[in-house]
Amino acid sequence: MKPLKIIVLAKQVPDTRNVGKDAMKADGTVNRAALEAIFNPEDLNALEQALRIKDQAEGSQVTLLTMGPGRAAEIIREGLYRGADHGFLLTDRKFAGSDTLATSYSIARAVSQNEYDIIIAGRQAIDGDTAQVGPQVAEKLNIPQVTYVEAIEEITEFYIIARRRLDNGIERVKSPLPVLITVHGSAPPCRPRIARRVMKYKHARTLTELQDASEDYIRLFQDRPYLKIDEWSVADIKADEDALGLSGSPTKVKKIENVVFKAKESRILENSDQDIESLIKELIDNHTIG
Amino acid sequence: MENFYRDTRDLHFHLTHPLMKKIVALKEEDFKEAGVYDYAPLDYEDAIDSYDKVLEIIGEIAAQVIAPNAESVDQEGPRLINNEVVYARGTRENHEVLTKAGLIGMSLPRKYDGLNFPIVPYVMAAEIVSRADAGFSNIWGLQDCAETIREFASEELKNEFLPRFHKGATAAMVLTEPDAGSDLQSVQLRGSISASYDPQKDIFYLNGVKRFITNGDADISLVLARSEEGTTDARGLSLFLYDRADKGVTIRRIENKLGIKGSPTTELVFKNAPAKLVGDRRMGLIKYVMSLMNSARLGVGAQSVGIAEAACREALKYACERIQFGKPIIEFPAVYELIRNMQVKTQAIRSLLYETARYVDLYKNYNHFSEERKLEPEERQESKKYQRLADIFTPLLKLVSSEYCNRIAYDSLQVHGGAGFMKDFPIERIYRDARITSIYEGTSQLQVVAAVRGVSTGGFLERIKEFEAERITPDLDYLRRILVEMTEEYEKVVGAVEKEADNEFADFHARRMVEMAGNIIMGYLLLLDSVRDMDYKTSAEIFIIQAHSENLQKANYILNSDVKDLGNFRYV
Repeated sequence: MKPLKIIVLAKQVPDTRNVGKDAMKADGTVNRAALEAIFNPEDLNALEQALRIKDQAEGSQVTLLTMGPGRAAEIIREGLYRGADHGFLLTDRKFAGSDTLATSYSIARAVSQNEYDIIIAGRQAIDGDTAQVGPQVAEKLNIPQVTYVEAIEEITEFYIIARRRLDNGIERVKSPLPVLITVHGSAPPCRPRIARRVMKYKHARTLTELQDASEDYIRLFQDRPYLKIDEWSVADIKADEDALGLSGSPTKVKKIENVVFKAKESRILENSDQDIESLIKELIDNHTIG
Repeated sequence: MENFYRDTRDLHFHLTHPLMKKIVALKEEDFKEAGVYDYAPLDYEDAIDSYDKVLEIIGEIAAQVIAPNAESVDQEGPRLINNEVVYARGTRENHEVLTKAGLIGMSLPRKYDGLNFPIVPYVMAAEIVSRADAGFSNIWGLQDCAETIREFASEELKNEFLPRFHKGATAAMVLTEPDAGSDLQSVQLRGSISASYDPQKDIFYLNGVKRFITNGDADISLVLARSEEGTTDARGLSLFLYDRADKGVTIRRIENKLGIKGSPTTELVFKNAPAKLVGDRRMGLIKYVMSLMNSARLGVGAQSVGIAEAACREALKYACERIQFGKPIIEFPAVYELIRNMQVKTQAIRSLLYETARYVDLYKNYNHFSEERKLEPEERQESKKYQRLADIFTPLLKLVSSEYCNRIAYDSLQVHGGAGFMKDFPIERIYRDARITSIYEGTSQLQVVAAVRGVSTGGFLERIKEFEAERITPDLDYLRRILVEMTEEYEKVVGAVEKEADNEFADFHARRMVEMAGNIIMGYLLLLDSVRDMDYKTSAEIFIIQAHSENLQKANYILNSDVKDLGNFRYV
């Protein structure tokens, strides 16, 4: 099979699965400083799908693309440790405040600077949970999209057959290439970091990160071109500044409400036939069961 | 995210021990491979950082894959299907993930697709894996066999077999026979395994039965067999490499065991199984298996520390959650004393484990050099010193760590009360898994036989005196004074036993003397740990004070005993 060019979209997110007391600020927004920054879980499932295609079609290239502040370069390194070939960090102050529309615009611009056969993204990120960026990128690139993918059952240089995980079952979809797919968390977990690659790519840096490096290190960096993580600014992707950042984001947060459960939602029943019977009756009456 | 490396501070602490600088420098030979392999370290800091990052991968896999699989692996166990051992589902997954992560063959040189890791970080990986699932750690830990092949086999065999480890090949050391357990020199007395040589093909054919073989259906096996017809002792035994693909072995059965159930223990029948000679004939037991056994004993040390760590954590977790008399049981002195003691003992055997691992690292590296060039007199001296230390510390470690690990598992189950006796908590499995550590790779009783040389030659005392001379901070001096006193008592006891000049009497007290030395050594190690990091001070204090009273009791018993007391015990 002909080698394919695969782009994986990944996001660095606060780990909202392990939320402590100080996870939220007083104004109801996420306190990013208190939460560990991690590779968005479903984006790892997406990376695994990309690497599986690479296993099948030898010579395929997996490129990781992420947008975020400088520290998001960590996501690129994490991808390199697991088998990605290359990474781009889309970073510019002008991207700040982007909603999904502005984000997908920026990503679509960045993607279209590259050749690609398949774009793979996680279904959604655990910070915003919108599941909108992937589909919007496909729309803007004017290519087909298959969302909620659990497995790629067949792939050739012309089409893919993907299995979608839906609420009420599964669906098998065939699509021509190029295509964008979003991957569901029920897909296989990502392969581990590979020891040798960790030792090789732990030195990978963006040019911004390189500014703090020692001279010895800079020499090493020059000797080993694969250590360079590319940074792209708004100018590099030839984007229209009005369409990104806050000005490109029509989403306005009207109000944030802190929901605290006050009512006690549980009841204690005696271990008696009578109590159980009355509970069953109540559940049948309010149509919870039956 | 849970990580069994990151959550155990001791590991990073031992990884950055001052002696590591020397170990890394020897292992990397002035970092000569930095320009050859893109993953070779550039300098000392880079090497330690690489070990740290790779251990982080292992910590993550241990916490997120191996530990969650442990219960189902214990229940399912391996099965024998069509003369093949089929691992439990979880075992297969564990092995696959570790292979994908490139963590098999960690200590092999890079030219054989290894990571060229020193023993210390490799042993740390073994500890971490054991904490997650002691049974699985056997399957993973048998990559030790690769080291034996690297040390002793021909270049041709090395090139053929060693790169297979990186691709996930499993291994087995096939030594024990029905009539040759601890007494390995009696291998192939009658009807057991023997090798006959076909000079045209340069191949040996193995025939006979091997028993209690861990991971007996491995891809690559190191087999001890009698190659010299007419011999009956150790000098007629040679070591062979057998490739599973040659299909010369019938697996008679998989044993049904008390613990480490995920690790298949098999009985093997060799029928004209083709095999290749490792190194020289007749050196099988005297040289190669001795080396293999030493690394296996170090491995059991790591396994014991890993199990102890798991047991401590289970006890602590349960004691914090379990409410009785209106408060968590950890608040009761009877419980917190138990748990703190378990933690201190775990730290003590961990310090002994990495101290021993450092000795092994140092002398193996010198040995390795001596194959290529003549060692400088200074290097030869160092090499000898560390080899001698490794020879007495390895059985001491195996003895003490396995016995402690059993005790800690016992106490952890005790903390769980009745719940611990049920199958509902991991401690029940951990308790069963712990039991084998003081039995296999030489029972505790046999470790004493090896370790007592450290008593009789003065090897332990010499090292203790070196510890005593180390620079410490004044606030720790009160602990050193206790250790000095303990050393004097130890010398007195050893002198008294020697004075009797009776071998049986010396054997009778051997374990007590070895344990006394062990207590002083672990006491010093914790004291020296406290010099580097004051957080170890409380542990050192708890350990040393208890060890002192323990040693006094033993000394008292020995000094008041007499040769004729043995008659009270002897079976007639």
